[in-house]
Amino acid sequence: MKEKIADLEEKARRLRVAIVKTLHKSQSGHTGGSLSAIDMVCALYFHKMRHNPQEPTWDGRDRFVLSKGHAAPALYVTLAECGYFPSEDLMMLRRLGSHLQGHPDSKGTPGVDVCTGSLGQGLSMANGMALGLKLDGKDNRVYAVLGDGELQEGQVWEAAMAAAHYKSDNLCAFIDSNGLQIDGDVSKVMNVSSISDKFKAFGWNVIEIDGHDMGQIIAALDAAEAHKGAPTAIVAKTVKGKGVHLFENKASYHGVTPNDDELPEALKCLGCFD
Amino acid sequence: MIATRDAYGEVLAELGGENDKIVVLDADLSGSTKTAVFAKKFPNRFFNMGIAEANMVGTAAGLAAVGKIPFLSTFAIFAAGRGWEQIRQALAYPKANVKVVATHGGVTVGEDGGSHQSVEDVAIMRAIPNMTVIVPADGEETKGAIRAAAAYKGPVYVRLGRNKVPSVFPAGHKFEIGKGVVVVPGTDLTFITTGLMTAQAVIAAEKLKAEGISARVLHIGTVKPLDKELVEEAARETGAVITAEEHSVVGGLGGAVAEFLGEACPTLMKRVGVYDRFGTSGKSDELLKYFGLNAETLIEEAREIVSRKK
Repeated sequence: MKEKIADLEEKARRLRVAIVKTLHKSQSGHTGGSLSAIDMVCALYFHKMRHNPQEPTWDGRDRFVLSKGHAAPALYVTLAECGYFPSEDLMMLRRLGSHLQGHPDSKGTPGVDVCTGSLGQGLSMANGMALGLKLDGKDNRVYAVLGDGELQEGQVWEAAMAAAHYKSDNLCAFIDSNGLQIDGDVSKVMNVSSISDKFKAFGWNVIEIDGHDMGQIIAALDAAEAHKGAPTAIVAKTVKGKGVHLFENKASYHGVTPNDDELPEALKCLGCFD
Repeated sequence: MIATRDAYGEVLAELGGENDKIVVLDADLSGSTKTAVFAKKFPNRFFNMGIAEANMVGTAAGLAAVGKIPFLSTFAIFAAGRGWEQIRQALAYPKANVKVVATHGGVTVGEDGGSHQSVEDVAIMRAIPNMTVIVPADGEETKGAIRAAAAYKGPVYVRLGRNKVPSVFPAGHKFEIGKGVVVVPGTDLTFITTGLMTAQAVIAAEKLKAEGISARVLHIGTVKPLDKELVEEAARETGAVITAEEHSVVGGLGGAVAEFLGEACPTLMKRVGVYDRFGTSGKSDELLKYFGLNAETLIEEAREIVSRKK
């Protein structure tokens, strides 16, 4: 297990490098939230989820919904690393004609099942998938990643209510709780705490973790799968911009990309010297 | 005489038996939208989502993403209104195979009043890329339209009504998405109509005949994509067009025909509908008269437009 965790940590480091390089190239996109979510996305794709990059629409796959669609770079670098599409495509992020749209688009990108980006909608879609898979008697699981600022959208709670009502225990949602949103601290813009208490009150199984601790992420995913009769919310305390001190805990890096001056330092932070 | 929503309930339950991919969602109005008929027959494929339309649309998108063919229903004001952005983002943008079947469209909702009378839904659905928008004239066409929507791969908005409406089409009428139907031939003007106004146009055409005015009735069941061929043909051959719908004249069928003919074949035109205002409480038939949504209005407008031709 120790080796597995070390492997995943190394994978996540490389994915962070790819996020920084991709966003430096595109000069448009969301740095902070991509870096806060990447450990969870990495654990899902390289450890937990059943999926087949050679057959993106394989019927037996688990499903993933990036509800905080602005963290698309985290998803794209992971899909590229898995082999869903060539890594060179990353350099076309947000360019005219690229399948890598600013926010995930199921029409063009292999491995993306739904369109997200307008906040608050992904949990509804994930629960719809969970309901459909259960209806077919399948044991596939559905995973979603939401932001903490995103929880301000009322639709999230409509979905939370419905998922508990229908006992969607094949659904597991990460809350990437980095505490920051565009206008500043989540607690100051519109306080959503206590996130755990809210999901518990809606009838969810709730697990609190450090969202950058690979061991805790994996243990929480296993516990979520073992829990029957209710969906699970993994409330993950994270750091916006995690891994690059220039960007860490800065709301100003929500939608700002690394510039030419910052790139060498950012890569150095991530142990990348090429 | 049958309400289009009743025809929907009937055909949806039939389809449920034919195709187990069909699932149905409702937002606490299944008795009124008639999805309860399906729910009774196939309880495990029916999801009551409570009074939460935004989540209902997103859930339907998720069900479609795993291969289901979701039909979701509520009143038009809530489906198209509350769910507009979700319909845009989660259904139309990814071309999700979801059918939004909205009942209680227009002013015939009646006593509930302006808050519940959707006169904008066709316009706001029509503005969304990838959307197909259907407004059946009667029960028979509704059955065909629902079957066509189920067979079509992609998002569809079908607008139905609350009240019983006269039959326009015979039993077994075949509905084709995007195809208009010339219900009455004519040469002096064309009524281009949708929904319950088609039956009124047939009555109007019959009465105008006695005055020596030959009115064509072109029924447009699919407001989007518009049957441009038949609309242009009607404009060229009759030289005058009157659109009619139980909807605002802004952006609905009248808007669609005006936009198209304005570019393709500028023609004398009049739009009959609700003139940029909200509905109000009253009995359905009183409201149709109040808003001028009847054969009498069409006859007056026909006389007027024919006189303008000369």
